[in-house]
Amino acid sequence: MAGGIGSGPGKSARTYAGFGVPLILPAWLVIGIFLVVPIGIMLVYSFLTKEFRGGVIWEFSLAAYDQFFFDRGLFGDDPPEIEWTYILIFWRSIWQAGLATLLSLLIGFPTAWFIATRPAATRTIWLFLITVPYWVNLLIRTISMKFLIRDNGPLNTWLLDAGIISDPIHVVNTWVAVQLGLFYSYLPFMVLPIYAAVERYNFALSEAAADLYASRFVTLTQVIIPVVKPGIIAGCILVFVPSLGSFLAPDLLGGAKNFMIGSLIDEQFKGAAGNWPFGAAAAMILLSMVLLVLIFYARSQAKGEAR
Amino acid sequence: MKPFLRTGASALALTLMATLAQAEGKLSIYHWFEYIPQELLDKFAAEYDVEVTMDTFDSNEALLASLKAGRLGDYDVAVPGDYMVEIMAGEGMLDTFSRDEMPNFDNILPEWVDVSFDPGRQSSIPYQWGSTSFSVNRDVYSGDIDTTDIIFNPPEELQGRINVLDTAGETLTLASLHLGIPQCSTDRDELKALNDLVQGAKQHWASFGSDVAKDVLVSGDAAAGMIWNGFGMKAREEGANIEYAYPEQGYIVWMDNVVLLKDAPNRENAIKFMNFLLEPENAAAVTNYARYTAGVAGVEPFLDAEVKSAPELNPPEGGNPVFVQPCSEEVQKVYDTIWTNLKK
Repeated sequence: MAGGIGSGPGKSARTYAGFGVPLILPAWLVIGIFLVVPIGIMLVYSFLTKEFRGGVIWEFSLAAYDQFFFDRGLFGDDPPEIEWTYILIFWRSIWQAGLATLLSLLIGFPTAWFIATRPAATRTIWLFLITVPYWVNLLIRTISMKFLIRDNGPLNTWLLDAGIISDPIHVVNTWVAVQLGLFYSYLPFMVLPIYAAVERYNFALSEAAADLYASRFVTLTQVIIPVVKPGIIAGCILVFVPSLGSFLAPDLLGGAKNFMIGSLIDEQFKGAAGNWPFGAAAAMILLSMVLLVLIFYARSQAKGEAR
Repeated sequence: MKPFLRTGASALALTLMATLAQAEGKLSIYHWFEYIPQELLDKFAAEYDVEVTMDTFDSNEALLASLKAGRLGDYDVAVPGDYMVEIMAGEGMLDTFSRDEMPNFDNILPEWVDVSFDPGRQSSIPYQWGSTSFSVNRDVYSGDIDTTDIIFNPPEELQGRINVLDTAGETLTLASLHLGIPQCSTDRDELKALNDLVQGAKQHWASFGSDVAKDVLVSGDAAAGMIWNGFGMKAREEGANIEYAYPEQGYIVWMDNVVLLKDAPNRENAIKFMNFLLEPENAAAVTNYARYTAGVAGVEPFLDAEVKSAPELNPPEGGNPVFVQPCSEEVQKVYDTIWTNLKK
């Protein structure tokens, strides 16, 4: 898809040769100062000694990573065993984020398809409608969600009145509520990239498949999905990664009963623990996981383009 | 809930113009959420022709973390709780003032002058004091509530409908009171018992939350909840049929204090502001808003009638109030492990 007509290599080389450096410099500075340097600081902090009640002492230490991987009991002097606590917390975040991604895909793909197949004039309206709720602050939307699903909230009241259920469904403060929050928060991040891919889809391909007696299912799985796959993958990453580090939904909808990665890290910096190196180490481990996902994406992209 | 505050903070990063013209000086406050009426800030701004800005935090630890992360020098005054004053002084984060600088210093009630966390009030003045225990919904449970069993060994009606504060310090202190063990105990059996107690009680808890502590009681999401007394009173005034408990095992008392921060960019205005808050009328305005108790003499004529008679603000004689103590590093480490285990 890259390099359409009119953007040959010769032209772009000529355009950027003269102005490249000064034009790109602000972007590099912003990325360098506000993205790379903070990550570098966190990386360094994760290998420093913890100072009591927050802060670091400038002495090299592996204590933070040791704490992550080894369990030394309540008083820290038992023989080390594998620490399951943080693995459990990471696993909880991963499957919640994974499920949110799957649900967003199941809802987001048909939505994107629907929008992309509308006439051009109404398409804009549908896209606009998708983004409207996201002009409202995420916090407000999460709290509204809580109002909606609480035991005596409108949803339960309506279901009770309609006689569909006899007892209120208890959702608030469970993982289901967290899941709803994640899924709802990040759904447009799934819809928009898939929409972009479907919009460019050449429907003559579907007609050709039909001419060759492909069933609708085969057309979907063998023709459409392979073509719009980059959009699907981009959507999945855009939903999965922020879900993984989210702590608004777990705190407000899940009742903060169980740490997710985000709230665990938050506790290290702002809670009584005040363990900055450990918070930094957990963030580094999270970052490594996210990078693995992105590398997987980049490789599958590269393969797609080579083909 | 932390992002709650962060959003609140930016929304509240209120730039108050005293007049349309440029104000004389500035004052930068670092304060708890929902703890000072806007009118009072406006009044100070107008009276002294000062531009006031305020950021908010949601726990003593968050305040400390933010100042440690380099915000010291940005703010003039902050409002830490009792034990945090001691910690911040130990970290060298506080400036001192002399009594001559503050004409209203003598308004401080005598019992709040020579306090253990800042003997003789070198760097701080009282803001408000109150207690931490819990409130119980009387429609749900009508039995005796003056026992910490309500939280740690709850009756059937309350099981699964309890909110506890999402701060290790207060929750583990209340748990220590329940067990009758000293705070910051170094005894291993006692610490194990503390760990077992909260692990066992968690199944009865619906949620952890501090800034939502009032809302869950008002909405009925929780039928009992740990809460600060003034916040509990607000919840009752917002329609929850709840009663604030004074458990026989003990309850937590605390005092929040306005401290003069080191490297305050506007030290002079900070002193003016502290002096302003020691004016009985202004201290009473905070009490009427936040529903806690001032440490200033002469506030009575300015107080709302409800405040004077509120059960939340009038603890019974002969109770067992305790201050939270800052624990040693070893004990704090065990507390952290207990807390992480609890929420894993």
